[in-house]
Amino acid sequence: MSGDVSIIGAGLSKFGRQPGRTGRDLALEAIAAALADAGLAWPDVQVAFGGSDGSGLADTLVADLGLTGIPFTNVKNGCATGGSALMSAMNAIRSGAAEIALAVGFDKHPRGAFDPRPEDWGLPAAYGEAGLMVTTQFFGIKIARYLREHGISERTLALVAEKAYRNGSLNPNAWRREPISADEIAAADMVNDPLTRFMFCSPGEGGAAIVLASESVAAGNGRAVRVLGAATRTRRFGSFEVFSPSIQGSGRPSSVSSDAAAAAFAAAGVTPDEVDVAQLQDTESGAEIMHLAECGFCKDGEQEAMIAAGETEIGGRLPVNTDGGCIANGEPIGASGLRQVHEIVTQLRGEAGDRQVRRGHSADPRVGFTHVYGAPGISACTVLAV
Amino acid sequence: MGRSLTGSRCRNCGNVAFPPARGCQSCGGSDQETLELGTCGTVWGFTVQRFAPKSPPYVVPEGGFVPFAVGYVELPEGVKVEAVLDCTDFARLDGAEVTLVATEPVPRFATDAALVSEGATS
Ligand SMILES: [Zn+2]
Repeated sequence: MSGDVSIIGAGLSKFGRQPGRTGRDLALEAIAAALADAGLAWPDVQVAFGGSDGSGLADTLVADLGLTGIPFTNVKNGCATGGSALMSAMNAIRSGAAEIALAVGFDKHPRGAFDPRPEDWGLPAAYGEAGLMVTTQFFGIKIARYLREHGISERTLALVAEKAYRNGSLNPNAWRREPISADEIAAADMVNDPLTRFMFCSPGEGGAAIVLASESVAAGNGRAVRVLGAATRTRRFGSFEVFSPSIQGSGRPSSVSSDAAAAAFAAAGVTPDEVDVAQLQDTESGAEIMHLAECGFCKDGEQEAMIAAGETEIGGRLPVNTDGGCIANGEPIGASGLRQVHEIVTQLRGEAGDRQVRRGHSADPRVGFTHVYGAPGISACTVLAV
Repeated sequence: MGRSLTGSRCRNCGNVAFPPARGCQSCGGSDQETLELGTCGTVWGFTVQRFAPKSPPYVVPEGGFVPFAVGYVELPEGVKVEAVLDCTDFARLDGAEVTLVATEPVPRFATDAALVSEGATS
């Protein structure tokens, strides 16, 4: 593969409940913001990829953007929708098919959304009748075992969620902007042990868009952020996923996040210890803890001391989910992956305002990382740099 | 009790699946034989369902919802099967030895203590 790809524009819609606005409205808001950020207009875009999980087809957006005739491919890849769209846009530029490409993701989920049907997951209806079609059970089972295996306290789960709300309070675009103390988080209603209500993200609303450009277009753009590496993966044998009637194979389950992260780092020629700021999938606070290890940022069990020492805080050694993550922004499935990229771009440009990460005492971060993970065992990662 | 869970074993690589596999997740082979799985295992991981799941699809038992444990039981064949877990104390479930007590509507295993108390009440 030849030719560097850079991000020259990044845009978000408002996140959180927005009565009267459709998912498509949020997508259009994000695209307008990303194009304005890039100093471009829609007719400049030569190829586009995008999607939502439950809010319609991205290619219908051309009715409102302008009928320029470009190829616009719909992506539907669960939580990896944004990551897959970004990969496709990158590959279009690398192949020489386009110089300027757009990736967009959006969703508007109603309160209490995510009603999985057993039939859609290849399971007998009995799993629903028996009360096993509950997404949060998977997260509880996985983190409960992980905490026991690696000597991590339940207090650490509360600290991760506390950080998410605190970072959200610094982010004008976040949905949840009220800090919540670790004590209150720990004392909230238990959903699935050891996870309480305040440790989970909620189905939400939002759109995110990224404009990518070839080396020649990005040349001389002082705000361009290079995509050093990106990878999407599906699960390998032996993984443990939501709604699995069994886990096959012996020994420790495989991790699709580890596979995607390793591939992205290898493509980038960067190691995890070179990363200055990271966005990790935090469907619930336990996921952030496990993904720190799965993506290569620490060994299993080291999270307890890392988090207690504040290393993942905005002022710490490896700030994680500086915009408040899914916990503070909500989970519009199609948008979250590109929201993460938007946050890293904002951090690397030094434009993150009250939540800006500093390397040492003054310098802006230089290398960032994004990671999404979702059903049925997919992950997308990027390594970005300035 | 004469009941067991039916899984499958890959004739190419020996991988065991539950429910029976059409194709092998390990080697991609399509030649699978059915296999009756062992009825005793150990709890590999679990959580507690604290709230009644959304109904429907959940069918609330007679007498109303009570929190129940759900998790994965590691069987002698190596496969870990998702199941409802009957126990008398959630805090003692990790690694507990459990016995299959029902295959329908979903697999259900019980600890020895739960077997004793179920025997006493039924
Ligand atoms: Zn096989």
